[in-house]
Formats: sequence, C-alpha cells, structure tokens
Amino acid sequence: MATASRPLAASAPLSEAAARPVRQALSRDDLVMRAGLVLVALWLAISIVLPVWALLEKAFEGSEGEFVGLAHFEAYLASPALSISLRNSILVAGLSTVICVTLAFGYAWALTRTCIPAKGLFKALAAVPILAPSLLPAIALVYLFGNQGLARWALLGHSIYGPIGIVIGEVFWTFPHALIIVTTALATADARLYEAAAALKASRARIFWTVTLPGARYGLVSATFVVFTLVITDFGVPKVIGGSFNVLAVDVYKQVVGQQNFQMGAVVGLVLLLPALLSFAVDRLAQRRQAALLTARAVPLEPKADPLVDRLALSFCSLVAAAILVILGTAIFASLATYWPYDLTPSFRNYDFDNMDGGGWESYRNSLEMASLTALFGTAIVFTGAWLVEKTRRFAAIRGLVQLLALLPLAIPGLVLGLGYIFFFVEPDNPFHFLYGSMAILVVCTIVHFYSVAHLTAVTALKQLDPEFESVSASLKVPLWRTFCRVTVPVCLPAILDIALYLFVNAMTTVSAVVFLYSPRTQLASIAVLNMDDAGDIAPAAAMAVMIFLTSAMVRGLYGLATRGLLASAQAWRRR
Amino acid sequence: MTAPDHLVRIVLVATTALLVGTRASQAATELTVYTALEADQLKAYQQAFEKANPDVKLRWVRDSTGIVTAKLLAEKANPQADVVMGLAATSLMLLDGEGLLLPYAPEGLGKVKPTMRDPADPPKWVGMDVWSSAFCFNTVEAGKRGLKAPTSWADLTDTAYKGQITMPNPASSGTGFLMVSAWLQTMGEEKGWGYMDALHQNIAAYTHSGSKPCRQAGAGEYVIGLSFEYRANKTKKDGAPIEVILPKEGLGWDMEATGIVKTTKKLEAAKKLADWAISEEANRLYAQNFAIVALPGIASRLEHVKGDVEAMLIRNDFAWAAANRERILAEWSKRYDGKSEPRS
Amino acid sequence: MEAQAGAVGPAAPFLRIRGLGKRFGGFTALERVDLEIGLGEFVAFLGPSGCGKTTLLRAICGLDPPSEGTVEQGGRDVTGLPVSARDFGIVFQSYALFPNLTIRANVGYGLAATGRPKAEIARRVDELLELVGLTDQAEKHPAQLSGGQQQRVALARALALRPALLLLDEPLSALDARVRARLRGEIRDLQRRLGITTIMVTHDQEEALTMADRIVVMNHGRIEQVGTPDEVYARPATAFVADFIGRMNFLEGRLLAADRVEVDGAELLFEPPLELGPGARVTVCLRPEDVVVREVDRRPANRLGAVVGVMEFIGNHFQTTLHVPGTGLDISADLSINAVRDLGIGPGRTISICLPPDRLRVFPEPPRPS
Repeated sequence: MATASRPLAASAPLSEAAARPVRQALSRDDLVMRAGLVLVALWLAISIVLPVWALLEKAFEGSEGEFVGLAHFEAYLASPALSISLRNSILVAGLSTVICVTLAFGYAWALTRTCIPAKGLFKALAAVPILAPSLLPAIALVYLFGNQGLARWALLGHSIYGPIGIVIGEVFWTFPHALIIVTTALATADARLYEAAAALKASRARIFWTVTLPGARYGLVSATFVVFTLVITDFGVPKVIGGSFNVLAVDVYKQVVGQQNFQMGAVVGLVLLLPALLSFAVDRLAQRRQAALLTARAVPLEPKADPLVDRLALSFCSLVAAAILVILGTAIFASLATYWPYDLTPSFRNYDFDNMDGGGWESYRNSLEMASLTALFGTAIVFTGAWLVEKTRRFAAIRGLVQLLALLPLAIPGLVLGLGYIFFFVEPDNPFHFLYGSMAILVVCTIVHFYSVAHLTAVTALKQLDPEFESVSASLKVPLWRTFCRVTVPVCLPAILDIALYLFVNAMTTVSAVVFLYSPRTQLASIAVLNMDDAGDIAPAAAMAVMIFLTSAMVRGLYGLATRGLLASAQAWRRR
Repeated sequence: MTAPDHLVRIVLVATTALLVGTRASQAATELTVYTALEADQLKAYQQAFEKANPDVKLRWVRDSTGIVTAKLLAEKANPQADVVMGLAATSLMLLDGEGLLLPYAPEGLGKVKPTMRDPADPPKWVGMDVWSSAFCFNTVEAGKRGLKAPTSWADLTDTAYKGQITMPNPASSGTGFLMVSAWLQTMGEEKGWGYMDALHQNIAAYTHSGSKPCRQAGAGEYVIGLSFEYRANKTKKDGAPIEVILPKEGLGWDMEATGIVKTTKKLEAAKKLADWAISEEANRLYAQNFAIVALPGIASRLEHVKGDVEAMLIRNDFAWAAANRERILAEWSKRYDGKSEPRS
Repeated sequence: MEAQAGAVGPAAPFLRIRGLGKRFGGFTALERVDLEIGLGEFVAFLGPSGCGKTTLLRAICGLDPPSEGTVEQGGRDVTGLPVSARDFGIVFQSYALFPNLTIRANVGYGLAATGRPKAEIARRVDELLELVGLTDQAEKHPAQLSGGQQQRVALARALALRPALLLLDEPLSALDARVRARLRGEIRDLQRRLGITTIMVTHDQEEALTMADRIVVMNHGRIEQVGTPDEVYARPATAFVADFIGRMNFLEGRLLAADRVEVDGAELLFEPPLELGPGARVTVCLRPEDVVVREVDRRPANRLGAVVGVMEFIGNHFQTTLHVPGTGLDISADLSINAVRDLGIGPGRTISICLPPDRLRVFPEPPRPS
C-alpha cells in the first residue's frame, strides 16, 4: 500500500512532449499485412477495375481506337433492334422474377413456417438447379415441350421457342437463388410478434398479411432484384430456347462473337450493367434493413402443426420439387436415348463427345481443371484477402478500398466481365497479355466473377471469431501468420470449404464470362454444351450438361462428407 | 504480380498433369488452325496429318463460317491463326482482299483441278472439297401431316410447309450463304429476293449453324431442314428417318479451302499442312464426306445422297459472291433478322 | 523522454502515463489522462460502460494507440512501440482462448513461438497449469471447461512469458456470481504471489473494492478520483464517485454557513467545512449505513426524530426509508438486524436518529437529475 498515498498529478500542466500526437511504430505483422493488403488491392484492380474500365473505354471509341463519344450509343438507340430486345428482356425478366419469387416465397414459407415432413429433402431438391448450367433446363425444355416434346400438348399450341421457354428455364435456374434469400428473411422472424398477433385474435390470413409478409419484405425486395438481374444478364437460356425472340444478353453475344463488333458489344454490355448496379444497391440496402429487423432479443419462431395448412404446403412443395426433378430427369433421359424421338433405347452414344462439336471430352477435363484451380486459388485468395481486410490494424483507406472492390463483382454481370477481360487482355502491349487464351485467364475471371459472395462468406466467418485473437498473439509476441495458420484457418474451415465448393460448382456451370475467353486449348464443358446445341447436336449437349451436373453433385456430396467428418473430428472443441 | 502468376502456371501444369495424366510432349510445333470444318471430320484429318508429320501438332479454332471469317477480319491487325483450313473459298477471297494470305504453291499443286484453286500464281488458297446444299426431309413427320416431299427450291414456298422449314442464317453459316448466293445468281437479284421473301413466310427459324436444320429435321422438330449434303448423309446414317433431297433447279455450293496466314511465325509447319491438305491421302479422307474433291479421280458417292451432285452444281461466280458478300448479308439481315436464332 | 528515463530510481513508478488522450473523429474517448502506477501494484479502472476505462487500458498497451500523450513502462517510453515489442500479458472479457487448441497448447502458445526447447516449454506449461490449478485439464479443449476454468486458462496463457505487466479487461464479468466471488480471491492471491503489476478494468465496484490496491474511478473519458478502496468509498472526491460507488442518499441543500446546510427544512452540521458563500446550492450525500440509531443521545449533532417507513429484509440487514416529521426529509437507511431487534424498530414507529457530521459529504453542485 506504499503507493496508496502518492499524490495524483491530476490536471497538472503537461509536458510539451506529452501533447505531441502519437505515432505508433509498425510491427513486422503490420508491415506484412499491409503489404498483403496492397497486393490484394492490386489484384482486384487488375482483375476487376481495369477490365471494366477497358469495357467503358471501348464503348466510346471507334474501330481504330479513336474517341467517338456517344456515337455508338446513338447508333444503337437508332436501331429498332434495341427497343425490341430491351422490351423482350424486360418482359421475360419481369415475368420470370414474379413467378420465381412467388414460388420461392411459397416454398420458403412452407420450409420455415409449417410442419411438413422431409424438409431436408425438399431443401436438397431445391438446390439442384444450382448444380447445373443454365443451359440444362433450356435443353430439357426442348425435349419436354418442343415440337417432338413429351408434353407438347401442355402448351396448347404455343411454341416453347420464345418467351415461354425462356421464362420456364430462367425460373428453374434462378429458383435456388431466390429461395436462399427468402428463406433467410423468413427464418429471422420474431416469435413474439406472432404470439402478440395471435393473442389479439388475428386470423391466420391476417397474421400472414400483417406480420409474415412485412417481416420478409426486404428479403422479397432483395430476391426480386437479384433474380431480375440474373435473368436479364443470362444468355444461356435464351440462346438455346429463345428461337427468334431476341434479348439484350444475346445481343451482346451476337455483336461480339457473331460479328466481332466489340464496340457495339461494349455498348450493350453497359446497358446491361444498369439493372445490375441498381439491383446491387437495392440489395445492399435491403440487407441492412433486414438485419436491423431482428433484434438481439428476438425469439426464434417454432412452427406449429396445422393439418390443413401442412397438407397444402406439402402438396405445393411436392409440385415444385417434382417440376425440378422432371426437368433434370428429362435431360438425363434425353441424353441416354439413342436417337430422339425415334429410337429411345438407352445408350451412351451421345456421350461420345470426341466426335462432336465443342471440344470433346477434353473440354470436360478442362472444366474439371478450371474448377479445381478456381476453388484452390480462389479460396486461398478470397479468404486471405478477407482476413487482411478484417484484421489489418488501421490502414483504413486501403481496407475500405479492398472491401469495396471485393463487393464490386456483385454488380457486374458475367457477360460484362467477360467482355471487359477480352478488351483488357487482348491488347498486345498489356503486360498481362500473355494470359490471353490461357487457362489462367479463365481461372482469374471465374474467381473474380464469384468473388463477392465468397468474400462475404469469409468475412462473416471471420467476424464470428473472437476479435481479440490477434491482440492475444501480438501480446504473446507470436507472428500473426502463425495464428492465421494455427487458429484462424482451422476454426474457419467449414466456411473455407463452403467457399471452395461454391467456387467449384460455379466454375463448372458458368458460361457467361468465359464464353468470350476460352481458346481452343481451353474449351470448357459448359461452352461445349452451347456449341453442341448450336450445331444441332442437342442430345450430346444434354449429355454434357448432365456430366456437369453429376460432377457438381458429386463434389457437393464429397463436401457433405468432408464437413461431416470435419465436424466429427472437431467435436472435441466445437461442442461440450 | 509475376511471382503469383508464375505460381499459377506452375500449379496449372501440375494440376493438368494430375487430372489428365501425361499429355503429349510439348516439343512439337503447334499450329493454330482456324476452321469451319465439321467437328466430326476434324478428328480424322488431324490424326492423319499428325501421323504424317509427327513434329507438328494442330490446334483447331472451330466455329461456323461467318464467325471464323469475322474473327479473322477482326484480328487482322494481330492475327492469331497460322493457317486457315476448311473455310469457304468466298471467305478466303475476302481475306485475300485484306492482304492476309501468303501466296504459296503447295507440293503437288499441279494435280489439283484448275477450278479448285485460286487462279493467281502462286495461289493464296487451294480448294479441298466442294460442299453443296441439300434438303433433309423427315418422312415420319411429313407423313403425320400429309406433306409431300419437295423436289425443288420453288416447292419450298408452298404454304403447306408454313412453319416447317428451317435454314441456316447466311451471316453466320457458309451453308446459308451459298444458298442465298445461288438464288441470287440463278434467279437474278430481284427475283432472288422475291423468292426469299416468299420462303421467309414458311421459315420457322434461321439457325446459327448449317448443320442444325438437318439435325432438327432428323429429330422431327421441323419437317424440312435446308442444309448440306455431308450433314444430310450423316444424319440419315445416324438413324434419322429422313430423305436427302437435291433440289432440281441446281445446288448452291462453295469450296472448302486452305490458305496460310501471312504473319505466321511457324511457316515451315504451316507449309507442311498446306501440302498435306492437297495430298492424295487427304483427298481420300475428304471423299469420305464429300462427293467432289480437289484431286481428280477420287470422287466418291455418298451413301444416302441420290443423284449426281457434280452435275447439279450451279455455275458459281465466286468473285462476285466474295465481292458482294457484305452487301448481300446486310440486305438479308435487314429483311429477315427477326426470325434468326441468336448469334447470327 | 530520455531525460526522464535516467531519473528512474527505486522509488519511481513502474508505469507513468502522461497526458494520454484518445479521439475518434470528433468524439473524445479519453481526455488527457495522467496516472502513475507502482511496481507490483494492483490498480482497478472503475467506471460505467463508455467511461473510457477500456480505451485507457488499450491505449496503455498499444492495442489501440492513443492520439496523444506518453506511456512509460519501467522507465522506457513505450508509447510508439508496436504491441509485439512490449512486455505485458492480457486477459480479455471473452478470454479469446483458441477453440481448436488444447488447454496445454493455449497456455504454451506464446512459448512455442519463442523457439525454446520442447521440454522447457512443457515444464513451464506444467508449472502454469499447476499455478491455476488446471493440471488435470491439460488435454481438453476450451469448450469442455467451465467459464471459471477458461478464465484461469486465459490467465495462465497471459502469464506464460513472465510479463512485467498484467492487464485484465473485465476478466470476471462473463461469469456467474458465485464463481466470480471465488475467482476474485484467487486472482488477487496469484497477483500478490507473483508480485506482478496489474491493471484491471471493471464496471463492478465490488470487484474493484475487494481486489485492487488502488482504484481509478473514471467518467466521460476523465479520471474522477484515484485512491485506495477505503478512500474512494469513504471520501468520494466528486458526486459522481459518491453515486457510483456504494449506495448513497443524494439530498439537495442550501449552504447556511461553511459547516451548516439546510436540507428540505432540516438543518445539518457537516465537516470539514466548505469554502463557499452562504446560500450556495449544494449536494449532501450520506451512505444509508451511516445513519446511526444506537446511543443517539450520546451524539450532540444532527439528532433527528424519524418515522420508520416500510422495512425490507435484505438478508443481513434491513433497508428502510426514514421520514423526518416537520421537514421534507426522506432518508434511506440500512439498519442492522441487531439494532432493529434491540431497539424494537418497526414500520410506523418513531425513532431517534443521528446523521454524523463527519459522514455527510457536501459537494458544491446541485444533484444530477436521476
């Protein structure tokens, strides 16, 4: 207690030195992390900003590279093709969105608010479309509703080639995306609101309109914009089943690949960027609001059994799941038929890809290679990048920049990204020109295309870690990379596997960005589907789409086993 | 960034080896060949060529005629191709007009039919084979609808066929272009366009590729596909219930030809391919797919194509077709683009 | 700073903090704090949430460097040093134990990175585990331990490198009351045994009062008072401290003379006198347990009659409100069970009370609305 009586120099005049602003010296950790963060920023700048910039530039220059202002835009606006394509695009995107979000809402509602059995199965079935390229439903629709289709009668004489086919295909393909968003929105309901409403003797319908729907409104808004953007920028489905029904996304493709008119392609690409940017903004806003809706004290809602409602919900889910299975099943069936529709004996003739257009089995092997590399490097880059953004001390400007750049791909449709990549990398004086036509450019482009969701997954996982891990290791004089390897990565392993799976599956199925970038030595399976369909080899196209689906499904299964094994081995430290 | 990129490439190579097993050694010269040949033909040509020239490997960039042409034109400042093989002669003439082709007289040029080469000496391109238009007529579907088989171009405008005919878009497909070119040459411009206006009424869709109309007819998706004889023959061989019909007015046709791109850095290998392309071995392979090939005396008959193709070919003015290609396509697009499949 | 570094002798403080300030944009989280902490001393930073106590702790160790000011540790200016170049161990409220590592690996985490021989590390870890009584838990993972055990693991980990300074950021607040009470003693004992200079941040006055040698009471980024628990409790320097520590009657008064104040119609003497003019509005504070009910007649000053209000039995004493008739004075008082029994005190009864003048604290400021 010797110190107890020591007088306190409270508010005594301070020495001049003490008033000087403090500048803390950087530790080696700080330096390493800052250097890493700068590298990540550079990587994002080169792989996102510069290509998109190249696209912007292209839209304003003539064929010799001279600046022409808005000339291309004027030319495009003047052509009647635009107004038709624009109207068509908005029509199918709007219709698909309404149908898809409605179905997704019903399905999500049944999964979260009723006591139907086999919810796990229904969830798994709803995820099926994610594992297939968007071309698969389109091809299946040809077999279902084409002029020789199994269920041609169902269209009452209308043609599947056109808006009907596009809308059905797009709904199938975007359904899981909408479902995830809406399910999340519905899952975060506060049971107390429902109890209060029930206590006030509100009818079930009234509760639905006054509590359920408003509670999920941000999720619905978000899903609406996401689906609309996906549809308006997708060209796989309209390409296969659109017939003569032109849409914007296909226009880009026609201009660039068909007519090698890069400038005009850039112009249409920019037009497509608009809904994507809008959707991005709305989605960000909606997510913030949705998060705010759920207070910390919210009580999770436990659905109560209601025989009638449950039976209706079960029928609805069964119908939707059945539709998904029918589409998938048709593709598999058609791929195994010897000669549709005249010889349906099963054979693997359509899997003889080496004698078809589109790159043969090599394109499938290329896809595997591309997807593996994307998963490997993408996961490493994304996770390390997210960690650097989260854990680098101070350095706020660069951290903010990286965070912004990491979210940017969310607002850039694959088609636009792919275009930007050609414009940027094709220039012979670009130091990265050597990447052009290589597998690496496909990997880079695909990582970037799907960067944002992976980044957000990583950030979420990192935010769940104790924020003081880094403080503890610094105080223990342990270099941060050691803590990163020994603690951060092992603890985040489930999220890391999630990211790897997400990147792998998307790399297997993606068409939109890579279609502009593949070279003869880097043909991809998804592109082969497109090319075989083009040449009229629809059954082999279906077969390749099925191969992609099976591969994704298998990897998904492996992932399930891996996470289960991981959780079991981590049981010791995860659960008491 | 070079270090990570290096790493990327190292792992790339490693993973490639892992996934695919050992690939062929990289020591051979690799030629980038732009082509519009059918994929099912490429394999055989490649195998035969690489067997004869083990030090050269071929890398195909394959797409339909229109796209390969557009790609070559777009890349003219910085050409990526070493050789163009199996592209329509009209397209090669167009490229020659841009000064993209190297004059070269392949070994054995003297044996090639004089009509099947660039008249210049040395020629910028040499023909390989002739491909010509044909109808694929689905007898099963026709039976269901009570449709008679058409025998002539004129028959196709019969309203009975409304919505049952598909043809390739001439902007993307060489097969499509040779039909349009033939109509305009044989009927004269005015009547030719008039004919197409009438035909347009019956067309269900203009497809991207020349093969697709026949494939679709084979699958019963539409009754009649306007395509070319090789695809028609193959589709029937695959088991489709179709009849291959040669319209009696005469067949539009074009040559598939080979030329060396002036800027190639692999001239020796490129010459080897050009030489091989007019060899007897190559011509025998062509003959398995086409009735008329560059060397005399190797002509064959296609199993399912009845009629004398060579005799039914129209008189074709390639120079006119090449010179007017852009104008014709622009006019065509203006008139009929609405029914085009994407990518035209 | 070098000039002062030479002046450090045995009597010099171990930690010297001068003019330490921290701003976030326009918000001042810490306002030029000066503080000295002696070698081996246990100091508690006490205050409500948001008072700046954690900010001060993190500024001292460099986790969140201050905007201005200096920190000297052991005579060395460490203000600008990165965290890893400093010498301290820290225990966080969440413990921040590495969930995937065993207790042994957690405790040895800092040792393993030093490159010392494995056997030596193992010996040291055993020693530490024994120190915190967790030898038999060494191979378990943190999630398998109770909160109190986890807390001790965090402590052992922080002590592993024998730091000269131990920082505890709300170390007990995640625990339930009984464990908390037990751990208080354990941590205090450990600290005494090791003689390690320790700073603990807490919002719990009981914790501060029972564990610390000295308490630094903070509010709005400022130090309100520094003193032993005794001083802080008995002689709060400000009304805030009086309010924050222990329970307190807050009475509004008007100064009659330097040692006399009028409160709600009652006139009270107090000491020491206040240098303020008569009529000044003041706050009069009195702890409920300082209300005297026994042998009141032996005390001359501030003797009042009071009516007993509702009595609440708290366990070891009664809480009640005493009303002084003829005035507006209502006083909370804690009455011992003894006194209640002996004097027969009950609701509605009138008793004699005394408010000892030396127990009245008068502050020259009106009471804050509460």
